[in-house]
Amino acid sequence: MIAARDLGRRYGDKRVFDRLSFDVEDGGFLVVTGPNGSGKTTLLRICAGLAAPTSGTLEVGVGREGLGFLGHEPLVYRELSALENLALYARLYRVPEGRERIGMLLERFGLWEERNARAGSFSRGMLQRLALCRTILHEPRLLLLDEPFNALDEEGAALLDRELAERRPRTTFVVATHDPGRVSRFATGSLAFA
Amino acid sequence: MTRWLGDVRALARKDLLLELRGRDTLPAMLLFVVATLVVFHFALPAGSSDLAAQGLLWVALLFTALLGLTRAFVAERDQRLLDALVLAPCDRSAIWAAKGLAVLAFLAGAEIVALPVFALFFSGLTWQTVAGVALVDLGIAAVGTLMSAMAAAGRARELLLPLLFLPLAIPIVIGGVGASVADHPGRYLGFLALYDVVFAIICWASFEYVVTE
Repeated sequence: MIAARDLGRRYGDKRVFDRLSFDVEDGGFLVVTGPNGSGKTTLLRICAGLAAPTSGTLEVGVGREGLGFLGHEPLVYRELSALENLALYARLYRVPEGRERIGMLLERFGLWEERNARAGSFSRGMLQRLALCRTILHEPRLLLLDEPFNALDEEGAALLDRELAERRPRTTFVVATHDPGRVSRFATGSLAFA
Repeated sequence: MTRWLGDVRALARKDLLLELRGRDTLPAMLLFVVATLVVFHFALPAGSSDLAAQGLLWVALLFTALLGLTRAFVAERDQRLLDALVLAPCDRSAIWAAKGLAVLAFLAGAEIVALPVFALFFSGLTWQTVAGVALVDLGIAAVGTLMSAMAAAGRARELLLPLLFLPLAIPIVIGGVGASVADHPGRYLGFLALYDVVFAIICWASFEYVVTE
């Protein structure tokens, strides 16, 4: 699914990482760890096509339609409701039977009662739940998750655990986290930044 | 094509909904253009020609447009939402077209008030001025949206946008003023229409490269 060879990224004179090579096969689960600023987020952004490597090559086996990206920001419009946000993304991702799927996801992530409330009024944890709904709305084959457990309470984290377990057989994952123990049972490989 | 139009409609609807709820851009543009025309009214010496007033109208409209363009990508920039739009598997030119339509709507909204105010303070409006304004709006929306997206990616965004946009807006001002004051405005209106078509094609084709690294 992902093949990286001698991947490097610089910001001006600052080297984020260099000569990074790894593979993630179909259905694989790569856990990326490392301290703040070590390049985890940059790597995920490169895999998503949001940033370009300054050296090396990267092949990703899915197009944009098959890719789900969860970054540090929830990537939802604060002035729109949860329902309106997901409806917009369902349209852009051409999700079949979008309404039903949105309803099911909001229900599953405990946001159905708040579906008409503006995302700007949500707590950080609720925003993270909404961001997760957005990320998996179109049933992506490759999920790039950057600190997915951030801001989630115990119930939210358990929901995400269940979601990861359910998707595990049919989805490829790259997960950047400070808490690798949380996802170690799913992992097929790991990448540690210094 | 139907899909592209559907994406444009969904994205433009989103921008209009954001404005309806946030009321950040249009009220500011309205206040700015009216205040500017009032200032010009008192700044222009009594007995000045109508030609000078026509020129000031275009200055007021251009800077009002600049104000709107400054805010065009605020939501996408502040919350990194451009990432989400760029990741979506739709044609990226749909983002440009939708944002351009929203800019056009805000400009039209400001001008619905600005043109009668201008007619009240200065000389009356002519059909060629209104036609010129309509064509200029299309050009501003097309070029300004692209420049606004470029500026949003930079650090000194507020400084960058005028530096990028104003040089490209010079032909718009020439065409607009010409259409307003010339005895035979046809060739100026034709020039504006040509500018719109040429720059719309350039902006449509290049937007993808502006929003991706």
